[in-house]
Amino acid sequence: MSEETYLRIEHVSKRFGSVLAVHDADLAIRRGEFFSLLGPSGCGKTTLLRIIAGFEYPTSGEIFFEGVRMTDEPPNRRPSNMVFQSYAIFPHLNVFDNIAYGLHRDRLPRAELVRRVDEALTMIKLEGFGARRADELSGGQRQRVALARALVRRPKVLLLDEPLGALDRRLREAMQIELRALQKSVGITFVFVTHDQEEALSMSDRIAVMSNGQILQVAAPRTLYEEPNCREVADFIGQMNFFNGRLIGQDGAIGVIDLGPMGKVHIATELGPDVLVALRPEKIVLSSSGVKGTVTAAAYLGERSHYNIAVPGLAEPVSVASQNAEKIVARGHAPGDTVYLSWPPDALVVLPKD
Amino acid sequence: MRKRTSGVGLFAYAIFYLAFLYVPVLFLPLFSFNRSVFIAFPLTGFTTQWYRDMLADDAMLHALGNSLEVGTIAALFSTLLGLLAAKALTRYRVPGGGALLAFTSLPLFIPDIVLGISLLILLNAVSIPLSLLTVIAGHSLICVPFAIAVLMSRFEGFDKSLEEASLDLGENGWMTFWRVTFPLALPGIISSLLLTFIVSFDEFLIAYFLAGNETTLPIYIWGQLRFPYKLPAVLALGALILVASTILVVLAEWMRSRGLGDKKHMMVGA
Repeated sequence: MSEETYLRIEHVSKRFGSVLAVHDADLAIRRGEFFSLLGPSGCGKTTLLRIIAGFEYPTSGEIFFEGVRMTDEPPNRRPSNMVFQSYAIFPHLNVFDNIAYGLHRDRLPRAELVRRVDEALTMIKLEGFGARRADELSGGQRQRVALARALVRRPKVLLLDEPLGALDRRLREAMQIELRALQKSVGITFVFVTHDQEEALSMSDRIAVMSNGQILQVAAPRTLYEEPNCREVADFIGQMNFFNGRLIGQDGAIGVIDLGPMGKVHIATELGPDVLVALRPEKIVLSSSGVKGTVTAAAYLGERSHYNIAVPGLAEPVSVASQNAEKIVARGHAPGDTVYLSWPPDALVVLPKD
Repeated sequence: MRKRTSGVGLFAYAIFYLAFLYVPVLFLPLFSFNRSVFIAFPLTGFTTQWYRDMLADDAMLHALGNSLEVGTIAALFSTLLGLLAAKALTRYRVPGGGALLAFTSLPLFIPDIVLGISLLILLNAVSIPLSLLTVIAGHSLICVPFAIAVLMSRFEGFDKSLEEASLDLGENGWMTFWRVTFPLALPGIISSLLLTFIVSFDEFLIAYFLAGNETTLPIYIWGQLRFPYKLPAVLALGALILVASTILVVLAEWMRSRGLGDKKHMMVGA
């Protein structure tokens, strides 16, 4: 492997009573990678993170940090640190003592301790906040203090449990950029848990999509969006139209798939005969030729417009998003208009029928 | 209009209720300053003589010393046990935790006289001589449920990820307890100490059964009631105990609610 695996999660399962929270998770996270665990709430992503941190022990499977088995080690003996969803800022300590908390064990000389904490305060742009009490901080400031408290220990891996979830939208977007820049500058491996797909797409090097305790796909954001490997991933990341298809011919690697009312398409596939074909709304072009349909709903959303288009023979309307690249105030399509749908052939994704 | 009259009715009810609770108690300090030996109206004049009598009574001071000793040790012991139980019940998945909690609060519902007799029989059966130690044991038993109740509400009031954060930052379980759990639970611990001390200090029945030749303050007071001329001094003592108890209970409740008030700072973003 060209890139070094830092954190290895080997066939990890976790059972709480009758609930299988994590099912056979298998991951190799690389050194210096920004890795996200993405999925809806209850999908097992937080449990998996807590297993990496050492707060939960797996029912089966193993955890390796740099090839060293850590499965049974408690959190205080692991080279990872965590930023909690609630930030867990110690309310009885001020900002300085919160950040210095994890340096206690190292028995640093006072001057060195102060230097390390000041450095951390500078990194999170809270110089001079050392004497503030925890309850005098805003949500964003608490988030930074939690980050500094974890990073000041110079961990090999930083674990983040939905750290931006409690912030309002603008602050969240600013913190996404800052967090990403910070990760690149410190070069530490980040494992980031989120249910927000945009957040995961914009920040991560790679993403593992989880559902019902299982990892469905591990890939770079672009791959995940353009080439999902199953219906659940396609549905969870962005919006997607699904069409039932049937393989009716094969020419080498290229298959001929009959999409019923949407026509016949030629596409490379090894699946079949019954398949699901997925098409992103923004890949569809409304023009003067193609599959005929009627607009049933239209919504103007500023940078784009969104249409639902009924195609005779399809149970669900086709969802189309078109960029409003030109300033044309009066134009656009209204409900009742007849339109023609077309798309570039490589926009289609063939998925197994579930 | 109807709303207003019902408001007046409720107000009157509340006044009556408070009067019913506290007016009888107020007779204690009132008559403790009355010159007459007889507890009857009209009042005959102001005196502090009964207080001076009381403070000169060595047997009373000895009983007071015993009560302070028993109360202090029972408070420390029951709060320690309560701390361990509350931590276990709120922080770990204890199998049958609910039943366990009900079981530990049982002493609250068993009549003290039954408890006192049972303990007496038990101590006789295993030939443990009655002393202040046996009173301490009995009082610890009835104090533990109070300690658990106060401390559990404290533990539930702070985010358990604070303790996890400490472990994550490299501290072991023992240091996490001293650096995070203990300081955060401290208002609850103090509240529990004050409350259990008062429960023990005021307790009569169990002490009566288990004290042997020793006396605690309530037992001493009970003994004095046989002598009519000593009654005013008992009233003076009672008045002082009343004031001390009230101060301690208010203090305990203040510590407890101050602790809960911190909660909003501990639950971030809630």
